[in-house]
Amino acid sequence: MERYVVLEKKYFNDFISEIAKKQKVVAPVAKGYHQYAFEEVTSGDQISLNYIPTILPPKKYFMPQNEIIATYDVSKGQNMKRVVEYEEMVLFGVHTCDLAGIQCLNIAFSENPKDINYNIRKNKIIIIGYECNNYCDEYASCGLMQNHLPKGGYDLFFTNLENGKFIIHMHTLVGEKLIKKSAFIKKASEADMQSLNDLRERKRKIFEKNEVPIEYEKIPELFDKVYDSKIWDELGKKCLACGNCTNVCPTCYCFDIIDESNLDLKTGYRYRKWDSCQNEDFAKVAGGENFRPERAARQRHRYFRKFRYPIDRFSRFFCTGCGRCSRACMANINLKETLTQLVKEQGMENPNAGYRG
Amino acid sequence: MKTLKLKVSEYDIKVGKILRVKQLTDMEKLFEIVLPEEENLNHLPGQFVVISMLGVGEAPFSISSSPTKLGSFELVIRNVGKLTQVLHDLKKGDEVGVRGPFGNGFPIHILEGSDLLFIAGGIGIVPLRSVINYTIDNRREFGKVTILLGCSSPKNMLFSGDFNRWSKQTDLSFECTVDRGDPDWKGNVGLITSLIPGIDLVPERTFALVVGPSVMYKYVITELLKKEIPDRQILVSLERHMKCGLGKCGHCQINHFYCCKDGPIFSYDQIKDIKESI
Repeated sequence: MERYVVLEKKYFNDFISEIAKKQKVVAPVAKGYHQYAFEEVTSGDQISLNYIPTILPPKKYFMPQNEIIATYDVSKGQNMKRVVEYEEMVLFGVHTCDLAGIQCLNIAFSENPKDINYNIRKNKIIIIGYECNNYCDEYASCGLMQNHLPKGGYDLFFTNLENGKFIIHMHTLVGEKLIKKSAFIKKASEADMQSLNDLRERKRKIFEKNEVPIEYEKIPELFDKVYDSKIWDELGKKCLACGNCTNVCPTCYCFDIIDESNLDLKTGYRYRKWDSCQNEDFAKVAGGENFRPERAARQRHRYFRKFRYPIDRFSRFFCTGCGRCSRACMANINLKETLTQLVKEQGMENPNAGYRG
Repeated sequence: MKTLKLKVSEYDIKVGKILRVKQLTDMEKLFEIVLPEEENLNHLPGQFVVISMLGVGEAPFSISSSPTKLGSFELVIRNVGKLTQVLHDLKKGDEVGVRGPFGNGFPIHILEGSDLLFIAGGIGIVPLRSVINYTIDNRREFGKVTILLGCSSPKNMLFSGDFNRWSKQTDLSFECTVDRGDPDWKGNVGLITSLIPGIDLVPERTFALVVGPSVMYKYVITELLKKEIPDRQILVSLERHMKCGLGKCGHCQINHFYCCKDGPIFSYDQIKDIKESI
């Protein structure tokens, strides 16, 4: 049975403080004009509930930018100690787009051979989702990617109702345990449930039309046709190959493995570090040959890794519609615009395409 | 942040000890490596290992010996970068880290019963030597065996010992060509593609196993198709920037394929429509 409880908004600060006394809580915090970041908080008033997607997605907790996977001491030979770095935390305020992003990472790192480091770390994080009642900004395409409504991937899920309360979906026992004993939590009433249904009904109208004029299920077909499109050349001319788009993407998980020696030149560590297919030498081999030298080909590769390749491998899109790549691009490469251009080029335009959930 | 020791990890390395180092050419050395307790690497021909020197890094290398050689394995390493320079400085008894084997390898049991045409260009003989020697060690399982070898010049020949043995062997045919000869060279001069038209083969029962630099594939495959060898019986080994070996890090992707996991061995019918492949 689905289980819902409520929290009166006036108790929100105390509720967060109560959890933060026992364990680390990270949540979206304002970082200046239109910029937000997930950071540690100790009280609810530090949290920006009305935030647009953070600069970096919560990926940074699941797959840290730099992650030590082994330590070594070469004075004892070519032996290393395998390690995993992790941190227990409550991740509060994750939008549905980012929940989808975490689900994508879970799948990629659970595919055989399973990544032990990732899987240990992910199980130490309690995830609390937070519903968007409206669009965050014009870059989002969560409606197209069908990520504007919760689809699992959380322990608890908060929705901000208009009756002065948060309604909380308790999805897992871990989530239930976290809040069960709190004095601030009350049972949800019929009226609260009705209020949630009304809100979702209003949302349906807001997210009714896809942000790009194509049906969700036709996207793979679109990408089957556009490999040789001139639109990639246009992107290639604009792209600065900086890698912003992949760093801020909630589902980009490419990495490099690097050794770092300490000053004694004997001990050190081996770590994984975020890498980007947009970097010029990403596909270069030792002999000097580069298998993806042009920026156009690298941009195309990024789009195909979001909209086509993962369909065959994981049966899902690896774009969540969060809009970060477009927000972060210094050259104004815009995902929604690119998709719209591709749709028009192929004559697949359907101005009424929309979510039918 | 807490740190936990792991009993198992995909990134774990075994300590390999160098049994033998042999300078093959100016650029390439052969390393024979033994794992602790002479454990067999248990690889398939065509697979690769990731070799690591802690503090320097890791890189992928084709396994050049056949799995029929037990107790140790061989790599041929060209000195082109930081890690390979460090490896070239190693001597007998030194240690390296070994991760793998990785990749799909040649489908040796599918090849059983067929005629095999091996085509190696340049350094492509390094992984191909593994499956050639496997075939020779299991000679009765295979039909007719033909080896074509192309090389830039006689002084760049990697395995003269093997080549001598193969050329004397009556149960296989071995032909070799160099792009540029030298005064002592008595063999063919010309590109590898020039050897293919003269080969006598029955296309429906022939598998071609082709390994060489990426520019070679298009021309060799064109010649093989003229011989009417079916697409799915032309096998190639593709080189890409393999890093993790686990189908995760993304460097080796060829469109939707991960070369390190789905490859490096692909049949031509798998890749002929894959635009980033050859």
